[in-house]
Amino acid sequence: MSTPEQNAPARVTAGAAEESRPSLSALLLDPSFWADWASVVGLVGLVIVFGIAQPVFLSVANLQALLLAAATLVVLSIGQTFVVATSGIDLSLAAAVMLGAIILGLVNAAGWGIFLACLLAVLATSAVGFLNGLLITAGRIPDFVVTLGTLSGITGLGLILSGGEPTMVGSTFLLKLASGRFGPFGYPVWVAIAAVIVAHIALYHTRFGVHLLATGGQTESANALGIRTDRVKIAAYAISGFCAGIAAILLVARIGSAEPLINTSLLLNSVAAVVLGGVSLFGGRASILGPAIGALMLTALVNGLTLLSVSAFYQPLAVGAIVVLAALIMRYQK
Amino acid sequence: MSAVHHIPSSEAILACEGLSKHFGGIRAFTDVAFQARRGEVTAVIGDNGAGKSTLIRCLVGVHVPDGGEIFFDGQPKPFGNPDEARKAGIETVHQNLALIDELTVAQNLFLNREIVRRIGPFALLDRKAMRTQARAMLSRLSINMPSVNQRVRRLSGGQRQAISICRAAGSGAKLVVMDEPTAALGVQETANVEALIRRLRDQGVSVILVSHNFDQVRRLSDQIWVMRAGKMVATVRASETSGNELVALVTGAA
Repeated sequence: MSTPEQNAPARVTAGAAEESRPSLSALLLDPSFWADWASVVGLVGLVIVFGIAQPVFLSVANLQALLLAAATLVVLSIGQTFVVATSGIDLSLAAAVMLGAIILGLVNAAGWGIFLACLLAVLATSAVGFLNGLLITAGRIPDFVVTLGTLSGITGLGLILSGGEPTMVGSTFLLKLASGRFGPFGYPVWVAIAAVIVAHIALYHTRFGVHLLATGGQTESANALGIRTDRVKIAAYAISGFCAGIAAILLVARIGSAEPLINTSLLLNSVAAVVLGGVSLFGGRASILGPAIGALMLTALVNGLTLLSVSAFYQPLAVGAIVVLAALIMRYQK
Repeated sequence: MSAVHHIPSSEAILACEGLSKHFGGIRAFTDVAFQARRGEVTAVIGDNGAGKSTLIRCLVGVHVPDGGEIFFDGQPKPFGNPDEARKAGIETVHQNLALIDELTVAQNLFLNREIVRRIGPFALLDRKAMRTQARAMLSRLSINMPSVNQRVRRLSGGQRQAISICRAAGSGAKLVVMDEPTAALGVQETANVEALIRRLRDQGVSVILVSHNFDQVRRLSDQIWVMRAGKMVATVRASETSGNELVALVTGAA
C-alpha cells in the first residue's frame, strides 16, 4: 500500500518543499515539461526553421501580418478552452462565427448602424452558446451531439437568413479596426491580447475559474461540494459563443464582407490550439496562454509554408500531423 | 445495553425520532430513533443493506425522510438539501466524492468557500491567504503535507482522506459525518486517519462514523448504534462492549 518512496515526501516540512525547484537539466529530461510547454517549444522551433529557410519570415512586416492573421484564431481558441476545461467540446464554434458574421452584415445592411450590428452579432452567438450549454446540462445530451446539431442548425439558419449570398459590409469603423494600429500591433492583435488577459484572470483569479476546473475535473465531486456544475457548464458554452461573436467581427472587418461559408479550418484549428496549449481534453486542466500560443504557432505554420511556396494543399496535412504529435506528447503530462 | 428509544436530550447534537424512509416499495429503514452526543464520536454499524448509509443521508439532507423528526442542536430541523445541513454546521465526508484530483491541496480545502478580495465590482481570489490558511488548517490537525500547492492527484489515499476530513472540519463545523472513512486504506494510513478523527473530537467537534470495522469502531467511538434490516436494534457504550457482542448484535444472533 504505502512504500517508503511514497511516504518520503510527506515527512518534508511544508516550507522547504515549496522553495526547492528542479534543476534545468532535470527539467529538460522530464517529458511532462515538454508536454506543458509544447506550444511554446513548437512556436520557437517553427520560427527558427522558417527564419533560416526564408529570411522574409522574420521581417517586421511579415510578423505583423502573422499576428494580425492569428488574432481571430486566438480569440476562438480561448472560447474553446473554456468549454474543453469542463471536459466538453464546442463543434459549433466555426458555424457560430458564420452566423455572427451574417447577422452583422444583415443588420448593418438594414441601416441599423455598425455598433448595433456588432452587438447583435455577439448576442446571437452568445445565445447559441447558451443554448448549447442548456441542451447539454438540462437535456442531458452529450456535448458532441448537441454542438454537432447546432453546427448543422445554425449553418442552415445562416443560409436561410443570407439567402446564400455574401453581404458587403462597408463600414469605416470595421475598416479602421482591421487596418488601424496602436503602437507595434494592429487593433485586432490588441483585441486578442485583451481577450487573453481577461480570460486568464477569469480562469486563475476568480471563483468561477476554480469552479470551472473543478467541474471539468470531477463533475460529481464538484456537485457534492455544492458547486452548481450545470450553471458553470452553461457559462462556459456561453463564453465560447461570445468569443465566436468577437471572432466574427474581426473576420468581417478583415475580409470586408459577411459570407455564408463555414471556415472549417477555424474549428479544427481552435481544437488544435487548445490541445497544443496543454489543455486536457478530459477537463480540469487549462491555461489561456498555452492555447493562445498554440493558435499563434498554427498560424505561423501556415504563414511559413506559404512563404516557402508549399502548396496550400499540404497545410491541413501539416496541421493534422502536428496536432496528433501534440496529443501524443500530452500523454506525458503530469 | 440500554433501551433503543430515547427522548433527544440536550446532550444530543443530532438526533431523530421515528424516522422512516422508503424508496418506492423498498423499505430502507423504519421507525428509527438515534442520537449523537455533543463532543463524542458516535458510530453506526450494521451489515450491508441494513440502512446505515441511507439513515445518514437522511440526517444530512441528501434524502428527505418519509416520516419522523430530526433534531439538530435540540431544535426540530429537517434539512431539505445538503446545503442547508452544511449551513447549520454539519459537514459530510463523502466516500469517493470528496476531492478534485486536478486542483491543488489549498484549492480543494477552499473549494466553494474561496477567499476573495473585492476590487471595485470584481471579486478576485486571494490565493496567498488561502495558501496560508490551508497550511494552518493542516497543521492544526497535525496533517503532514509536502506542499499545499501540490495537485491532489499525486497524493496517497490516506493523505487524500486527511484532506477531506480537514476540509470538513475547517469550516467550523459542529458535526462531521463520515461514511467508511478508512474503507480503501492500508494499515498505516488507517491508523493516521483514526488519529485524525480523535484529534477532531479532542477539539470539540462531534463525529458520526459509519463503519464495517468493529475493531475500529470500538477503538474510536464513544457510543455505538447497531442497525439490522432497516431497524435500529441496539445502542451500547463502546467501553462496555466486546467485538463478539457487536457481531451478535449486527447478525441478530443475540
